[in-house]
Amino acid sequence: MRAEEETALIRAIQQGLPLEPRPYAALAKRLGWPEAQVIEGIQRLREQGTIKRFGVVVRHQELGYRANAMVVWAIPEERVAELGRQMGRLPFVTLCYRRPPRPPHWPYNLFTMIHGRDREAVLAQVEEIRQRCQLKDIDHAVLFSGRRFRQRGACYDP
Amino acid sequence: MKASASLTLDAIDRRLLNDFQRDFPLCPQPFAAIGKQLGISEAQVLQRLKRLMQAGAISRIGPVLQPQRVGASTLAAMAVPPERLESVAALVNSFREVNHNYERLHPFNLWFVLTASDETRIQEILQEIQQRTGLPVLDLPMIESYHIDLGFPLW
Repeated sequence: MRAEEETALIRAIQQGLPLEPRPYAALAKRLGWPEAQVIEGIQRLREQGTIKRFGVVVRHQELGYRANAMVVWAIPEERVAELGRQMGRLPFVTLCYRRPPRPPHWPYNLFTMIHGRDREAVLAQVEEIRQRCQLKDIDHAVLFSGRRFRQRGACYDP
Repeated sequence: MKASASLTLDAIDRRLLNDFQRDFPLCPQPFAAIGKQLGISEAQVLQRLKRLMQAGAISRIGPVLQPQRVGASTLAAMAVPPERLESVAALVNSFREVNHNYERLHPFNLWFVLTASDETRIQEILQEIQQRTGLPVLDLPMIESYHIDLGFPLW
């Protein structure tokens, strides 16, 4: 797939499939492509990792997972990759990213996202991470979510 | 869109929400294929998905993209005085490049994700937000991802 085709396909699918019997044909019509090219293109983007997953994207809060916290850790730089991989494997950790620390006000360099039915459930999982990964001496902060001002799929505008 | 507390889910709804988060069928009639697996018609699948989407339980059926494989993106954070939070959030939302924007309960209380075609545009927006609010913005781009997104097991 040429780069321009890849970009056009991502733009066409990023806000989601239309809910009609032949959604790929509908997208194909918009792109001026044959239906098979859309399906094969999505397959290709998945295989090459540009698409991490393709499917139903749920809103946790609406489904009873009322609490979500971004839990951030100040890990010594030489241990971030090792601990990140360890945390990223835990089933209740839904994101695990390394980001640059911004001292002095922001010393944290590993970001995890944890969803739970309530705050107590989230805090119990934070405690489990601290024990399993032996992080008792590591500074961390738990940032529960408040109001949502916007939530939608990314809009890339090439 | 908020779901009412009365959103009731039966066994089929739960499977629609849980079982198709990653390997959504890539065939000409994916909703018919799902119906076959669940023992209901294509029309019933579409009707249920529409209801779940209207109720806000589903945000979309589509791709979750690998960050930074397409364009440029960053996570930004601001410590906003509480009485200004709503107006600063509205200013942030005025940029179409902002796709997530949340309050978090911490001195850094406003968090948003920016995606744009390139890094220059990201920096322009961060600068503009800083200038218009007079507040510093932390720029926290992802360096490495350690998590493989397999969807979220709900039940």
